[in-house]
Amino acid sequence: MKLTLSWLKDHLDTEASLDKICEALTALGLEVEGVEDRARDLAAFTVAHVVEAAPHPNADKLRVCRIDTGSGIVQVVCGAPNARTGMKGVFAPVGTFVPGTKLDLKKGVIRGVESNGMLVSERELGLSDQHDGIIELDGDAPVGAPFAKIAGLDDPVIDIALTPDRADCAGIRGIARDLAAAGLGTLKPLAVAAVPGEFASPLGIGIAAPEGACPLFVGRYIRGLRNGPSPRWLQDKLTAVGLRPISALVDITNFFTVDRARPLHVFDADQVRGGIRVRLAEAGETLSALNGKDYTLVGSETAVCDHQRVLGLGGIIGGVASGCTEDTSNVFLEVALFDPVRTARTGRRHGIDSDARYRFERGLDPEAVFAGAEQATALILELCGGTASELVVAGAVPEWQRTIRLRPDRVHQLGGVDVAPDEQRRILTALGCSVALGDDGVATVTPPPWRGDIEGEADLVEEVLRVNGFDRIPVVPMVRTATVTRSARDPGQRRTALVRRTLAARGLDEAVTWSFMAAATAARFGLVDPGLHLANPISADLDAMRPSILANLIAAVGRNADRGFPDLGLFELGPVYRSPAPDGQLMVACGVRAGVAVPRQWATASRGVDAFDAKADAQAALEVAGAPVVSLQVTADAPDWYHPGRSGSLRLGPSVLAQFGELHPAVLDAAGIKGPVVGFEVYLDAVPQPKRRAGTARPLVKLSPFQPIQRDFAFVLDQGVAAERLVRAAKGADKALVADVQVFDLYQGPGVEPGKKSLALAVTLQPTERTLTDQDLEAVGARIVAAVAKATGGVLRT
Amino acid sequence: MLDSLKSELLAAVAAAGDLSALDEVRVTALGKKGRVTGLMKELGGLGAEERRARGGALNLLKDEIAAAIETRRGDLQALAQAARLEAERIDVSLPARPEAPGRIHPISQTVDELTAIFAEMGFTVAEGPDIEDDFHNFTALNFPPEHPAREMHDTFYLPDAADGRRMLLRTHTSPVQIRTMLTAKPPIRVIIPGRTYRSDYDMTHTPMFHQVEGLVVDESTHMGHLKGCLVEFCRAFFEIDDLPLRFRPSFFPFTEPSAEVDIGCSRKGGELKIGAYGDWLEILGCGMVHPNVLENCGIDSTRYQGFAFGMGIERIAMLKYGIPDLRTFFEADLRWLKHYGFVPLDIPNRAWS
Repeated sequence: MKLTLSWLKDHLDTEASLDKICEALTALGLEVEGVEDRARDLAAFTVAHVVEAAPHPNADKLRVCRIDTGSGIVQVVCGAPNARTGMKGVFAPVGTFVPGTKLDLKKGVIRGVESNGMLVSERELGLSDQHDGIIELDGDAPVGAPFAKIAGLDDPVIDIALTPDRADCAGIRGIARDLAAAGLGTLKPLAVAAVPGEFASPLGIGIAAPEGACPLFVGRYIRGLRNGPSPRWLQDKLTAVGLRPISALVDITNFFTVDRARPLHVFDADQVRGGIRVRLAEAGETLSALNGKDYTLVGSETAVCDHQRVLGLGGIIGGVASGCTEDTSNVFLEVALFDPVRTARTGRRHGIDSDARYRFERGLDPEAVFAGAEQATALILELCGGTASELVVAGAVPEWQRTIRLRPDRVHQLGGVDVAPDEQRRILTALGCSVALGDDGVATVTPPPWRGDIEGEADLVEEVLRVNGFDRIPVVPMVRTATVTRSARDPGQRRTALVRRTLAARGLDEAVTWSFMAAATAARFGLVDPGLHLANPISADLDAMRPSILANLIAAVGRNADRGFPDLGLFELGPVYRSPAPDGQLMVACGVRAGVAVPRQWATASRGVDAFDAKADAQAALEVAGAPVVSLQVTADAPDWYHPGRSGSLRLGPSVLAQFGELHPAVLDAAGIKGPVVGFEVYLDAVPQPKRRAGTARPLVKLSPFQPIQRDFAFVLDQGVAAERLVRAAKGADKALVADVQVFDLYQGPGVEPGKKSLALAVTLQPTERTLTDQDLEAVGARIVAAVAKATGGVLRT
Repeated sequence: MLDSLKSELLAAVAAAGDLSALDEVRVTALGKKGRVTGLMKELGGLGAEERRARGGALNLLKDEIAAAIETRRGDLQALAQAARLEAERIDVSLPARPEAPGRIHPISQTVDELTAIFAEMGFTVAEGPDIEDDFHNFTALNFPPEHPAREMHDTFYLPDAADGRRMLLRTHTSPVQIRTMLTAKPPIRVIIPGRTYRSDYDMTHTPMFHQVEGLVVDESTHMGHLKGCLVEFCRAFFEIDDLPLRFRPSFFPFTEPSAEVDIGCSRKGGELKIGAYGDWLEILGCGMVHPNVLENCGIDSTRYQGFAFGMGIERIAMLKYGIPDLRTFFEADLRWLKHYGFVPLDIPNRAWS
């Protein structure tokens, strides 16, 4: 919403400076986004008289000018063809910032002649592209006067970011009223004189739209007018706020739109067939609109029509067919109310952003319809002549009065600041409310018709606080009602935080990637629910909710590799989606490693990433998440985006806690990446939460006084037997004594027959009762060998 | 005679060049067939008086030689160790085995930082789903149907649910306010960090970003507390004691009164600096929870009141850490992650962060 200072002053009697006004606007919630003050920007540029323009002694195209600046005579070298003795121009002294060149003007010597400033062109002032010569002013322009004032450029333009609730401030008068309430001046009265009708309108109005779509439509026929250019004052006003002057009639409608948020429409009455009808459009009807675009209507729009066709979309835009031209001599004025919701819907459906829609969808002052009709008629008659008919009225002013109770202490309760009851009343009254004070001090407030946004007591409190100033609300520290015994994060959230820092500590860099991805990729990674496809994606490669984070990280690996960084590890902790239901969103820790796991180094053998890197990451995440990692089952059945022979799942009973492994070469090919890349996905929600025990104590630690003993065993087994079965068998052989089993060697080759493998175990025995004897050790060794043989068919290697 | 033997043996001890030579000297002198031992054996043939005198002298000699041997042994051991250590010399300028801890993303770090600050004020963390319905994201938050305020949200939509509910990606974290108030009874004091989505992609907008929401509902919290809470947060977060805050009236459907908050800054020379420099930078929106919102959640608005606020996490991270471009947060560029990321053990807390 743009306005000029002088336009504001049409409504507000004030002595306040521009800065004060801007400060007050922002403090009122009418945030000033920018101020263009050319009087200030161009202050150094003044009217000057060229006393003499003599030829330059050393250059044909230059002139040496003696210039009267009003405060002395200076010498300037000028290259403009129109520089001549006796003219008046615009002078800039040395040191001036020249907007068109973005340079500070320096004293110079041009071809041996000193130059102390310059006479400027419009381009140099940043006013236009005109650079054929210097600006020429009228002969009576006073020497030394600021150029901006002479040129009518001294009216600062204020740009306000208007919040959607303030329909009233979509007109300059509403802004003036707020400022007046805040003590920045007084609101000037606005005269509404009825224009007597001299004949009955030959055009009538019928409303055949659903209840509420167009509650009131006031029209008036004006005949015998002349539609030419509007006067300079009106053109200047509109130009300053960014509207292009078109013709007197159009400019008048724009004036009312900006001046008092009262959009109007003027039809060329000779193009209206039969009369005006407001009805819902029929599907397939068309409109050539004034913005130069053609629209095919879908059938629910509130249309302003004549007896044959659609003339315009109510509250949004008019049509070319009935628009005013230079030849227009009879018009029909429309001043109406249209339903904000329907207006917004139609505008959005057809993508039409108009100044009218902007105001109608925020809601207009229902009481301003008749006033607007009279005021607009008066201005049309004044600028275009003609005679006006009597008003034609369809519908009625809708009910808008409502009363709201405001308790005297409510401002303090909610706002935390004391505002005296008298001041509360003054503020509300200044904003247009009528306030009746009851015996109990409770005020009964009727908001004005232009403030449809004031609906309840809290709104009244806001009005009082806002005008009183938010900066007067004291800063009060938050009081803690009780000792905080819980940490801010619950156990599940703490677990997520712990997994994040654990994975980073393992050398993975944390990434954050989109929650959506291309539907084809999502399908490859298991997306099945059609409810997870975006209806209006921002681009085709971000059109489905991700079923897995892996694809995003794989793509990131590719991007980094393309930049020359093929060896990396990334992880992300975030949501994946199984269904649109709240429980269809799962928290997943996902990571990838690509390229070299251990780089070439003088002390260590280099190696590439492999599935066990991913397994270690997954297990580390599960460990800190509280999963019983040692007792998890490992199964070789990861989903099909993993390498079928080099991947697995970590399971706790029936639930899959994690998947890991080398990624399927086809997945990498599709992403344009050379492998191998390994990855893991840990489903944190599937990890059982620790049981809530009473208190924070842990189970008592049991420390054996006897030293553990380690014994090694090597078994020969069928190649297909999973190592985990061997380890489980060894562990199960004596649950009391066997504390740990580690696989320390895997061997295939000479000494082990083909199809077999040798696995070597280091078994840790932890006695708790007494030191083990040789017989004890032999017995437990035998039990281990027997258990292994039974479970795996493995025999002790000899 | 013993004197000359002593000098001879001591000289032999001193002359022993290594531990084995020294051991030979020990055997020669003190071994079973050693010379001192031999003299000891001869004591048996002497008279009592002479034996006592001679025995004492021999014992003295034996102890003296043994001590000399031990001293020499210590010296030789030190020499031998020095020689061995010299031979074991390595080039310590060679690089150590590589160990590369990863980095924490600035978004996570910022969430942890603000959580630590709000935790001090008694807030707990609440969360909710990214996929929401129209009721939680708009209607319950007092957005009238078709209101222009909905349009400001550039919503991503999903297919309607089977029961006809309009499904969407939450445009703010505020629906979790609703979910919290529908399940918890006042007093409520929560912050809600999370992913949010709007259909907008340019220099300063990404289709996904993060917000943190705050919600306080009790019987007495007013706008003064809102100011107190946010002043404390902003100063603690940006680590600037005198950071000025400006509260401007604004509009959000779910708060009344509503405000936007600016923090002090400077834009001199095109460089943005946070602090008491006279200029202002918008940073968050807030207000008192709208009575309609409380009632929509079954909370008696005549008894309970409170405030809510919301801000962009990337935005405050960019301001605090001087990160210039929003879009880079989501590119997973290794160089960016290494540069702007945080070491894993730099866990924000109010004790030493």
